[in-house]
Amino acid sequence: MDQDQKLSILADAAKYDASCASSGAKRRDSRSGAGVGSAGGAGICHSYTPDGRCVSLLKVLLTNVCLYDCHYCINRRSSEVQRARFTPEEVVDLTLSFYKRNYIEGLFLSSGIVRSADYTMEMVIEVARQLRDVHDFRGYIHLKTIPEASQELIELAGKYADRISINIELPSQEGLDRFAPEKNLERTQDAMGGIRQRIVEGRSERKAGRAASTRTARGRQAPAVYANGQSTQMIVGADRSDDAAILQRADHLYRGYELRRVYYSAFSPIPSSSTILPSKAPPLVREHRLYQADWLLRFYGFDVGELTAADSLDGGHLDLDIDPKLAWALRHRQLFPIDLNRADRESLLRVPGLGVRSVQRILQLRRWQAVRYEDLRKLRVSLEKVLPFVIVADHHPARQGLDDENLRARFAPPPEQLEFDFGRHNAAAGAALHHAPQATELKQARVSAHSGEL
Amino acid sequence: MERAVGNSDFRIHDFATWRTRARFLLHTGVAPAEAIWEDSESSEQDLFANLAVTQTEQPDAAADTQQWLISAEFLRLAETVSCHRDPMRWSLLYRVLWRLTRGGEKHLLKLSTDNDIRRLQGMAKQISRDLHKMHAFVRFQKTGDCAETGREQFVAWFEPDHFIVRFAAPFFRKRFTSMDWSILTPDECMHWRGSKLSFTDGVPREQAPSGGELDDLWRTYYRSIFNPSRLKLQAMQSEMPKKYWKNLPEAELIEELTAEANNRRDAMITRQAVEPKPRPKNAYLESLGEGAGAGVEDERSL
Repeated sequence: MDQDQKLSILADAAKYDASCASSGAKRRDSRSGAGVGSAGGAGICHSYTPDGRCVSLLKVLLTNVCLYDCHYCINRRSSEVQRARFTPEEVVDLTLSFYKRNYIEGLFLSSGIVRSADYTMEMVIEVARQLRDVHDFRGYIHLKTIPEASQELIELAGKYADRISINIELPSQEGLDRFAPEKNLERTQDAMGGIRQRIVEGRSERKAGRAASTRTARGRQAPAVYANGQSTQMIVGADRSDDAAILQRADHLYRGYELRRVYYSAFSPIPSSSTILPSKAPPLVREHRLYQADWLLRFYGFDVGELTAADSLDGGHLDLDIDPKLAWALRHRQLFPIDLNRADRESLLRVPGLGVRSVQRILQLRRWQAVRYEDLRKLRVSLEKVLPFVIVADHHPARQGLDDENLRARFAPPPEQLEFDFGRHNAAAGAALHHAPQATELKQARVSAHSGEL
Repeated sequence: MERAVGNSDFRIHDFATWRTRARFLLHTGVAPAEAIWEDSESSEQDLFANLAVTQTEQPDAAADTQQWLISAEFLRLAETVSCHRDPMRWSLLYRVLWRLTRGGEKHLLKLSTDNDIRRLQGMAKQISRDLHKMHAFVRFQKTGDCAETGREQFVAWFEPDHFIVRFAAPFFRKRFTSMDWSILTPDECMHWRGSKLSFTDGVPREQAPSGGELDDLWRTYYRSIFNPSRLKLQAMQSEMPKKYWKNLPEAELIEELTAEANNRRDAMITRQAVEPKPRPKNAYLESLGEGAGAGVEDERSL
């Protein structure tokens, strides 16, 4: 089998992993003339495929042969896909060739489980070792880790990789028993705990190293001690877990294991699907709403309990028609309107349609002048969403606005016109929270009509 | 000093010349409405323009000796915006500089809804996006190995929206230090040969090589990493607008991948699902415990 065929099979096998981040690595480069590449700072998306996803890393499996039988996975042992296997040298060669042409930021390597967890882990690590030790590669490496592998191997993986990840797959053991029978929630969380501990240790070693090196050799970078982040992925819609269960698990992982990111992946039709799997894929917008809720947890000061309380959800699920912040606000109208000229940052972040950046700008602005309707317009926030919930110098939400029983209907689009913008899973996804990019002429007309009556 | 005004070239071509001139005008008290700024790129220059300038920009007899403190924040913003292609940027920058200093609006940069600031911030954002896209979408092609040094040699073609070539240089220099490379653009070209960056005039597209030897393999990757079940063209285009497509080898696949996506997805859905295979004999799988994999048959009835 030639290189092209292998690449085709093993990239196809890797595409269901949503993670694509290439940011947050320790800053380094090859300015001195030694080594290949650089990393650190914001990630770069070198291309985009027609599914709207970014191409940042060479994302491949070392092999798609697998002992496990996870029913949502294209590579499970029962699947009838064609199998292939790269040698470590082949992956190294591809990574370097693509990297030197500026196609990619680095490598994302995962693998089917062959023979045993340790044997597989050793092969994956060998690729990273060659890249780092033989070729002095300084680009980004993300290694997928198997929780059942020995602690020593997981540590070694972290020594070479900028990011390591273990996929939690489903939020409950019940779900795993049915859909990923070889996987175990407790073992996965134990491994995450081990990784977290090493990351924390590495961070303080780096700090100590930096302090020492500034005293001695100026400009010398302390050697990478350990990966500085871990992430995970949850499959959405395969088992019966509701959004509350998914968000509670995510929150648990963020708090308990310091995960950088939890990725949500609505399972989509795969070739050679399993009879165990539900025949109907979940709507992709569900995944989008989970990402938005995830952002509320991490950047907007929402507590998971607020988002998942029974009175915030419909039968445990997020509202698919409107974003979760708006949905939360509509159900907690007694907390509004909020005076943009007086309220604290925490309260401003609760206003539908105001993103972190807009809040920052409003806080700056109001130190010097009263915030007015015209300012909101110039800040390009979604007036339709914001106005019913706020007071500014020359605007008070009309009674029929905030108290209107039909307020929700103004935001929920008629079903046949749904056009979702979801699945932005990179750093920019935050913007999705307060986006109303498809604000059509019609919508804008409605906005001005609305503001005119105030 | 008067002679300096009368004889100087008013065409501004970079941040340094703008800064020198802006400093002079500010100190001599020439108000923004009186100052004339001409971009070196704009061709509408005539002799009378210069004449007019010398008359309106006579320095105030009581040339002021006050030192104006300019924040690093404004200088950074001004340097960024100086890369913009809009010929009005020089006068806009001067007006904001004036308002920050003589105008007494020290906090002006904090007012995101001020029209001048909005414009400046908008321009800065366009520059930063252009820069980011250049870092992302430059595609090197290997042209050979240097006979003397043995270093690999690469060339790329890129068409930035703004004058950002020098701004983009540090990224490429730090990342691809061990290769020789040239990035060619219509405005300006830059070259790295291992120790020093050099710049030459812009060139037309034809002077750049087309068709890299690894393009096919890259297209294979692009084709395979795409998931036809999740077609979302609009999201792709907002991040990778069509104007970039002609210089991206993978972009020629977009039409075809899009056209066949729904059929591929439907074929996956209608295809007969596969029954689970029994667990193979494997010591490792057995070590995972009795429970693992045992429950499947029982739960089928759920």
